[in-house]
Amino acid sequence: MKIAVCIKQVQSRDSQPRLDEARTWIRAQDAAFEMNEPDAYALEESLRLKEKHGGEVVVCSAGPARVAQVLREALARGADRAIHVQGDTLAAADAFVVSAALAGAMKDETFDLILTGLQSDDQGFGQTGVILAERLGLPHATIIMDVQVSAGPPATLRVKRELEAGWFQWVGMPLPAVLTIQSGINQLRYATLKGIMAAKKKEIRVAAPEAVAAPRQRIVALYAPEKSKKTQLIGGSPAEAAKELVRKLREEARVI
Amino acid sequence: MILVIAEHRGGKLNRASWEAVAAAQQLAASQPVAIAVLGSNIGSIATELAAAQVQEVVTLDSPALEPYTPDGFTAALQQAIDQLKPSIVVLPHTYQTRDFAPKLAARLDRALITDVTGIKLEPRAPSPELRFVRPMFQGKLTADVAPEGPAPHIVTVQIGSFRADAAAKGASAAPVRALAVTIDAAAIRQKPEPPFQEARQAVDLSQAERIVSVGRGIKEADKLPVAQGLATALHAELAASRPICDAGWLPMERQVGSSGQTVAPKLYLALGISGAIQHLVGMKGSQTIVAINKDADAPIFEVADYGIVGDLFEIVPAMIEALKA
Repeated sequence: MKIAVCIKQVQSRDSQPRLDEARTWIRAQDAAFEMNEPDAYALEESLRLKEKHGGEVVVCSAGPARVAQVLREALARGADRAIHVQGDTLAAADAFVVSAALAGAMKDETFDLILTGLQSDDQGFGQTGVILAERLGLPHATIIMDVQVSAGPPATLRVKRELEAGWFQWVGMPLPAVLTIQSGINQLRYATLKGIMAAKKKEIRVAAPEAVAAPRQRIVALYAPEKSKKTQLIGGSPAEAAKELVRKLREEARVI
Repeated sequence: MILVIAEHRGGKLNRASWEAVAAAQQLAASQPVAIAVLGSNIGSIATELAAAQVQEVVTLDSPALEPYTPDGFTAALQQAIDQLKPSIVVLPHTYQTRDFAPKLAARLDRALITDVTGIKLEPRAPSPELRFVRPMFQGKLTADVAPEGPAPHIVTVQIGSFRADAAAKGASAAPVRALAVTIDAAAIRQKPEPPFQEARQAVDLSQAERIVSVGRGIKEADKLPVAQGLATALHAELAASRPICDAGWLPMERQVGSSGQTVAPKLYLALGISGAIQHLVGMKGSQTIVAINKDADAPIFEVADYGIVGDLFEIVPAMIEALKA
């Protein structure tokens, strides 16, 4: 099976994002970056499918030069090669622009399956994978918790969609197809030293964005959330704060 | 005209459809609002929707649209939008919408802004411009987003951000008419099986009066007894954010959030939970919210009534002691 995984580099989840001068994006300097966690689950799923069915995992990402970091990480975990669609403006671009950039670099390879995370931890619009499927003319399913491949021929897919409130649904589809993967589908593996060494010899093909799509949205302002509630922050030592909180919950809020 | 796309399953209208109607009515100003509903034999759903104060309800009724598939819905809505020519399309931000709305947007090459929590109108020349407000960076920042390119613009509204009971009802039922759409059933590539619920639901968090919920701050499965101790002392149910359930430390049925349960207990105590959007949508309706987190910047403090910035491993045992008094 030839599997593509589209991953995004995002600011580290543990760091507090700082606004840039225009206050329409975050400051990249001094920021720490990591692989978007939902994409890490997609990568892990692709590696498991490769282990089961054989084949190749190609990891793809669109963004500035620093994106090579997450591509190397993916190669270290077991992906076979990488495609880097390079462009400085791609980091903050919308899903229309990014999916066009990725599609341009991916269309000449005949992938059986394309996986992405269900959404990114930065913008979180949840569109890139689905728009990519439409651009490539492929069927898709989203927020997937299980992937079963039948070799056939013809090869087919059966995937488990997550729905609201503990409901699920299996869906059959032909290959090739695009899936967006939900977190918790599997347990993530991390790179071993051996994997990191092997990654240095694996290919990262750098491509310029071919297809240029018109953006379909613009972030006009980015700001700290406006508080609608008045939070009472309780200070003091842990013991004092704990005691005061219990008192307030008893006497003020009256919930215990 | 603002077009709302309603959602239903198993013959029941999804309540979130009314939230989308409320959002559309807020947006509409002087424009009319219409509602579209897709499926097969959806007459009674359409009748229910006709109670809304809208210009009309249109049905896209075809056997090819039941069950739901993204291929089928995209084909039908492309035709509907071509006929009705709305300026804005509003949908609730549900699992189903997330599955087809981006495909529809790509098919039409039109803006799609998802998970909107508010709508602003900015005074501009020649005419005021809409800004759609939504969380970003796991709720740490808020963004005002403007759609680019021609109409229609598509918007999905976050569950609970607009109130279903704020949807204005009409003095009399709105007219219902069927829209002619042609769906090539053979071109639909998804073959869905019936939805199901997994295993038995031993815990119904939605009925709990008090909930103690844990997030990544609990660090390890071995530390869960700290949280369980507090839950016991408070006669509360134990719940968790998604990452804890993904790791298998607690069963999925204890998950609170957009993919788990939505709860509104009297007391919701969040331990080591950052407050990412997917979690907040599941508990922001709670009467009293308490947050304990080491990170003063954690978004959970935005919705908390009471908060302690500190180490839960020191605070929780002290709370258990105080509760004994």
